[in-house]
Amino acid sequence: MHSKWRLIQSGTSYTLKGVVLLIFIFPFLWMIMTALKTFPETMVFPPRLLPAMPQWSNFVTAMQSGPFVTYTINSVIVTVSIIILQMVIMIPAAYAFAKYKFKGQPLLFALVLLAFMIPGQVTFIPVYLMLADWGIIHTLLPQILPFAANAFGIFLLRQYFMQVPTEIIESARLDNASEFKIMLKIMVPMSVPALATIGLFSFVSHWNDYFWPLVMTDSMNVRPLTIGIAMLRETEGISNWNIIMAGNVVLVLPILLAYLFSSKQIVKAFVYSGIK
Amino acid sequence: MASIEFKKVTKSFGDSTVIEDLDLMIEDGKFTVLVGPSGCGKTTLLRMIAGLDPQTSGAVLIDGKDVSHTAPGQRGVALVFQNYAIYPTMSVRENIEFGLKNNKVSKEERKELVESISATVGLSDYLDRKPSTLSGGQRQRVALARAMVKKPAVFLMDEPLSNLDAKLRVHMRIELIELHKKLGSTFVYVTHDQVEAMSMADTIVLMNKGEIQQEASPDTIYREPNNLFTAQFVGVPPMNTAPLGKDGASFGFRPESAALTRSATDAWFQYKGVIMTREMLGSETIYHVKGDRYTFMIKCYEDLFAVDEPVYVGVPADKLFFFGADEKRIAKNAPGYQAYLDWLRRQVDE
Ligand SMILES: Nc1ncnc2c1ncn2[C@@H]1O[C@H](COP(=O)(O)OP(=O)(O)OP(=O)(O)O)[C@@H](O)[C@H]1O
Ligand SMILES: [Mg+2]
Repeated sequence: MHSKWRLIQSGTSYTLKGVVLLIFIFPFLWMIMTALKTFPETMVFPPRLLPAMPQWSNFVTAMQSGPFVTYTINSVIVTVSIIILQMVIMIPAAYAFAKYKFKGQPLLFALVLLAFMIPGQVTFIPVYLMLADWGIIHTLLPQILPFAANAFGIFLLRQYFMQVPTEIIESARLDNASEFKIMLKIMVPMSVPALATIGLFSFVSHWNDYFWPLVMTDSMNVRPLTIGIAMLRETEGISNWNIIMAGNVVLVLPILLAYLFSSKQIVKAFVYSGIK
Repeated sequence: MASIEFKKVTKSFGDSTVIEDLDLMIEDGKFTVLVGPSGCGKTTLLRMIAGLDPQTSGAVLIDGKDVSHTAPGQRGVALVFQNYAIYPTMSVRENIEFGLKNNKVSKEERKELVESISATVGLSDYLDRKPSTLSGGQRQRVALARAMVKKPAVFLMDEPLSNLDAKLRVHMRIELIELHKKLGSTFVYVTHDQVEAMSMADTIVLMNKGEIQQEASPDTIYREPNNLFTAQFVGVPPMNTAPLGKDGASFGFRPESAALTRSATDAWFQYKGVIMTREMLGSETIYHVKGDRYTFMIKCYEDLFAVDEPVYVGVPADKLFFFGADEKRIAKNAPGYQAYLDWLRRQVDE
């Protein structure tokens, strides 16, 4: 009697989880399957999920329809530079906000919070004008420099740093460690989950960014993958879904991989900071 | 190796002054215990020596040198925190080695030092473990080893045993005393537990509200307390004290200095009461005796009385202490002493 009830319970639970999973996975699945179809297969009615014969050549077609090597390199350079720059600025800033008392600290921190509440859409015109003024529009810098300081990252990391007992830092000072060393050898290793989370969010949002590079670039050789793939529609025609989806698979693959590698740290970060 | 001296030291946090114009000399190579009730400024004093929270004014001297402008890492001091403050992401070995690395000690020398110190504190088998896998006592040892390996001239410890269970605490006490003998460096040990202070110290510095009440050997602190506060702080249970009823003075005696009897005796001070409670502690028993004027705690080594039994408390003259209205103890050879003694005798006769 009891075990039957439990069976129904766990059965329901698994079914519901399965439904939710399907809702999330289906678009990805459809994208991947479409990328492997022939053009007529994308048009059949009723639609079929699986292609008769996977068309790997779609990827080649997509990648050959424009300077995709350049796009990819640009995307990688931009995203990696942003993440490195952000870390370099964020770690000392968060450390100072979390563990130092200095004049004007509350005001400066309020400014940081303010910065992360202002949407990019408000600032892009003045930023564009300024960067154009500096004469760097035809380089990758306009896609990197405006994101060097990650206000949300500073905020999150500060919360994380505040939970590190001050005695640990004082012990390190008594062990004759410089402030730089304390950050590098004590604070950073203790905050790997938070740093992984911030890094991943940064990676996803800048790898996927479309609006900013669209505004800030004026030539092929500085454009990232997102724009390249959006332009597939122009070069391949609006309805060539198999090719467009092949391009999209290439675009999201690094994100899926990054998430797979860092998911454990991310869960840890949320558990630790009490958000979960 | 190094003495520590405070000269007219004041420490304020914002508007509140915690320590004012404090003078103190901590002798080289001695085991000095800072003891006092919670919030009296022990940790503050220790942190000033370490340089973590420098004094607001005055000077702190280590080995005769003013260290007011010396960074914590350059003072030749090591501090063991109450919560150990071990670096959680480093292995035990890395924890012990961190200070040496920062001081640019060569690799071979580091290896040698880490191995000899970890053998001393019994951590040899745990060098590659992460702190999270260690027990409380083992973490304590990591903290000690980390402090010892730097061969500091001054060893500071802030209630290092308070997180351990009673048995381990007694064991570690003995180990620390032995460690002090072996190293011969200056130890400054903070505790709010007066038993710990009495059992470990060469010199006790008893503090209250940021002021030093008495600075003496455990023996002197116990037998010749400077003032009422010291008398009431030291001893388990502490000294019985009560108003004398003359000049605002008080008298007192140690719980073990009194004898309990069923009939009156010719003790100098005699008081009739009833036993309210009885605490049997094994070798001794503590009776709580209440009369119509005073209540006293009496410690006996024989368990002869029962609750509700009427008894006489008797104290010989040479075991009585007197404190003036300023709460200072009146010495036996001081002018007022005999008068108070006589006054107390007459009180009882009435
Ligand atoms: N950072 C600080 N800011 C403000 N006040 C402080 C600070 N640190 C200590 N105090 C105050 O100074 C006084 C002495 O504190 P301290 O920590 O030295 O006490 P303690 O003797 O070590 O007590 P305990 O036995 O509870 O550890 C307390 O009244 C405390 O509130
Ligand atoms: Mg304290």
